[in-house]
Amino acid sequence: MGARDAVIVGIGWSDYPVAPELDAMDHHVLALRRALADCGIDKSEIDGYACAGTAIQLDDAATMAEYLRINHRWVDGTSVGGSSFEFHVQHAAAAIEAGLCEVVLVTYGSDLLSRMGRRLGTSTFSSGSARVRGPAQFESPWGNVLAGSYAMAARRHMHEFGTTPEQLAEIAVGVREFAGLNPLAQYRDPITVDDVLSSRLIADPLHKLDCCVISDGGGAFIMTTRERARDLAKPPVYVLGAAGAETHWNISQMPDFTTTAAAQCGPEAFRRAGVRPEDVDTIQIYDSFTITVLMLLEDMGFCQKGEGGRFVETGVLRRGGRQPMNTDGGGLSACHPGMRGIFLINEAVRQLRGEGGEAQVPGCEVAVACGSGGFLSCMATVVLGKEGRS
Amino acid sequence: MTMDALRDTLSVRALPAPDNAAQNFWQSAAEGKLVLQRCVTCGQFQFYPRALCAACGGDTEWVEASGRGTLYTFTVIRQNRSEAFVRLSPYAVGIVELEEGVRMMSNIVGCELDQLEVGMALEVLLLKAADDVGLPFWRPVGASDD
Repeated sequence: MGARDAVIVGIGWSDYPVAPELDAMDHHVLALRRALADCGIDKSEIDGYACAGTAIQLDDAATMAEYLRINHRWVDGTSVGGSSFEFHVQHAAAAIEAGLCEVVLVTYGSDLLSRMGRRLGTSTFSSGSARVRGPAQFESPWGNVLAGSYAMAARRHMHEFGTTPEQLAEIAVGVREFAGLNPLAQYRDPITVDDVLSSRLIADPLHKLDCCVISDGGGAFIMTTRERARDLAKPPVYVLGAAGAETHWNISQMPDFTTTAAAQCGPEAFRRAGVRPEDVDTIQIYDSFTITVLMLLEDMGFCQKGEGGRFVETGVLRRGGRQPMNTDGGGLSACHPGMRGIFLINEAVRQLRGEGGEAQVPGCEVAVACGSGGFLSCMATVVLGKEGRS
Repeated sequence: MTMDALRDTLSVRALPAPDNAAQNFWQSAAEGKLVLQRCVTCGQFQFYPRALCAACGGDTEWVEASGRGTLYTFTVIRQNRSEAFVRLSPYAVGIVELEEGVRMMSNIVGCELDQLEVGMALEVLLLKAADDVGLPFWRPVGASDD
């Protein structure tokens, strides 16, 4: 334990799931204001900034630092898909503990649904007429879509381990139960395994309800030192351990379609934190698709490789279970504005503060957030605690 | 999908703009030859082509591939909102494991979608899409050209 231990002190969300009056910049700003108000830190104190800009939103870190007028002395533009924000926590914690900066702001904003509709998961990334440059050219001729990449992982997992569509569906059903407790969630009505299996196939073997929603939304969080956190509005949440890893970017380069980089960064994050998977009170996991959840659970060590299907069937991740998962309703039901990793961090913090309302996990002291970026490509795991490392 | 129908789709696909390392792969495919890079130092095959051997950093040479492989995994795309592929749906996208040990994405053609199976034996079908680009499709061994 030290005075410069990295902590998360402020969290904020913009409006989701549908906010046609907001553009991407508005989402960044609204989330920033709410995160500042949450902790009571003055904007002028921010001297570190991280932002996962994309070509879709034109919100790269340098542009956004100018727009928000953040005079940073530490900046991180890591943009590796939905897990970028878990990477940001890892990098920012190291920077804070090394004394490179005092107060780090992380923001995210997206008007994906209102501006582009529901194209992300079921369109090819390039148009038919334009030639495609770079490694993506080895996939572009074949008409694959985002959902198809995850579907191919699901198919292989089923082939190797006998995982069933019913087991994948159980994940969607459990997350929907929590969405019912979140007034903002995009879909709140309870669903059954049969509902998932009878929803139409998008990319075999994934059904519509195996896929995350498409929404608008934004988020922000603020990190600083344990010392600075002492007189702030809310109790700090401690970064106990964080790690990230990449196995590939394009799906066709994935070395093993049933194992992700979380098999590296999950155990590393737990080791750094000095906790074991069974010590975790709530799991916030990137549920772009049901198969993403299943593989990340296995890879992080919540169960053995290949046992994910049987593990989720036990109900351990459900409301009232031993390790409730995606307590805000997740990407499968609450919101997914394109890169959802920031919502995992914010929800973990909310739970550790005891601000979870009806969805509060009793006695929540350790939470894990695991992001997935790209096409099961870039993973990062963050272990957060109500108390610091002893 | 018949061969004629398949040929009709070539023009609507997002074709590659080959970089230096990839040029020979696409060009050779246009000329009816499937080629792969092999490292002159460590002997590893690799796909996609790169300016180095990604395993050891060494130089690579081009080797003609056998054109045989097995289906590692696949999906059937039921919904692709991109104009180019709307009229093709549903169609199979798969990852083929070549005899040489490398994998590539492609469309699996020449059989009904419900006949697709992980592990099935496949052979390459090279179709010319442009002067500088041939596309390697894969189909079950012995599939007919109809």
